[in-house]
Amino acid sequence: MGSLMLTKRMALVGDALGHVALPGMGLALLFGLDVSFGAFLFLLLGIFLIWLFEIKTSLPMEALVGIVFVASLAIGFLIVPEPELLEALFGDISKVSFEMTLISVIFSILIFLMITRIYPKMILANISEDLAKSEGIKIKKENFIYLLSIAAIVALGVKIVGSLLVGALVIIPAATARNLSKNLKEYSLGSIVLGILSCFFGSLLFKITNLPAGPLIILFSTLFFLISLIFKR
Amino acid sequence: MEEKIVLKVENLEVKLEGDEILKDLSFEVREGEVLTILGPNGAGKTVLLKTLLGILPYKGKIEWKPGIKIGYVPQRLPFIKDIPMSVKEFFDLKNVSGKESEDILKSIGLGKGILEKKIGDLSSGQFQRILVGWALAKNPQVLLFDEPTTGIDIGGQESIYNLLEKLKKDYNPPSTLPPSVGPSKNLTILLVTHDLSIVYKFATNCFCLNKKVLCYGTPRELTTERLSQLYGGEIKFYEHKHD
Repeated sequence: MGSLMLTKRMALVGDALGHVALPGMGLALLFGLDVSFGAFLFLLLGIFLIWLFEIKTSLPMEALVGIVFVASLAIGFLIVPEPELLEALFGDISKVSFEMTLISVIFSILIFLMITRIYPKMILANISEDLAKSEGIKIKKENFIYLLSIAAIVALGVKIVGSLLVGALVIIPAATARNLSKNLKEYSLGSIVLGILSCFFGSLLFKITNLPAGPLIILFSTLFFLISLIFKR
Repeated sequence: MEEKIVLKVENLEVKLEGDEILKDLSFEVREGEVLTILGPNGAGKTVLLKTLLGILPYKGKIEWKPGIKIGYVPQRLPFIKDIPMSVKEFFDLKNVSGKESEDILKSIGLGKGILEKKIGDLSSGQFQRILVGWALAKNPQVLLFDEPTTGIDIGGQESIYNLLEKLKKDYNPPSTLPPSVGPSKNLTILLVTHDLSIVYKFATNCFCLNKKVLCYGTPRELTTERLSQLYGGEIKFYEHKHD
């Protein structure tokens, strides 16, 4: 998913959507619901608004995402009480229950299958929308599935690394993989492997040091990125 | 529709965001024809190709021969070099089998070693050939070319045209004619270009476009007056022979 995001030149959308999720997470924490659930509802709302604004104006997508995300951030700060705010911003992996882990795994597999299905079409559309359309690809439909998948993955990710860092979880492994790969297979597979490795080492260090897991995971993926600069091809 | 006509356009009108791009466009393309579309920048040439492909909304009539397959070679693909992708993976996006891509590579004059190369590492001439090859996959009977020489040096341009000529001679699309008429050896090509020499060398027909059709005929009928009418300046083309 990250590799598609990079080729679509929308690297910061994951970040922005992380913030869009904030008010939803806050409300979920207040009412004792699952944060992913609240996040997902607000993400759907956010994506709908962005889509609506895009029809109404000719402003670039970036600007619209920017507007929606800062507005959500502002609302989030107003409605989320302070102790919960920190958890919403940086995540807390220790609060994730076994059942929730299981549900996350199931959702992740579903999202993975979905992305695998649309991957070649999205790549072609990212190369050239005209070329994709001339091949009969329904770009709007594929884009919609793609955005929905991003919303779902962000909703799952905020629980672990929080709304501030969730974008990095998607984008840094992909950026690292791009530095290292010479074809699509290495690129997409590399993104996945690097994402998993970052989460693994980050969580491991969290167990040992008891520092917050979210930032540790992101720092590990950044470390891999820095290493990839040395081996860049 | 008459058997040999592959495309019939009548009173085509295209508006994009309120601006009239094309107006009152009518023409026909016959099987095996090489139709070049000439016109200044902003004349709507690319828009015309995209409309013919069904990408843009239009008014009027565009009638392709039923069941015909079209290959499209776009003007530029500025983003493709940002994506780590091998040539083989590029062909995979169109579900081209290994055997077919090897055949295609042969017909565009490239070895199969190039399949494993990264697209970003190709020379512009090689990349252009790959684009042509990609359009040829799945055996189209018609090829639409949008300025195949943009951004290619003179040597590269020459070879693209040689390639087109070679394709025209050697490439056999599945016949669109009934078997009684015999097998077709007739790839139809629609080509947008600025390059007048190609029109004289290669085209069987050409039309000059600036929102509407200003002239339509064989390259011989393309006179200096027509061209200055089209480009609005003192343009002369000196047709000359090289020995």
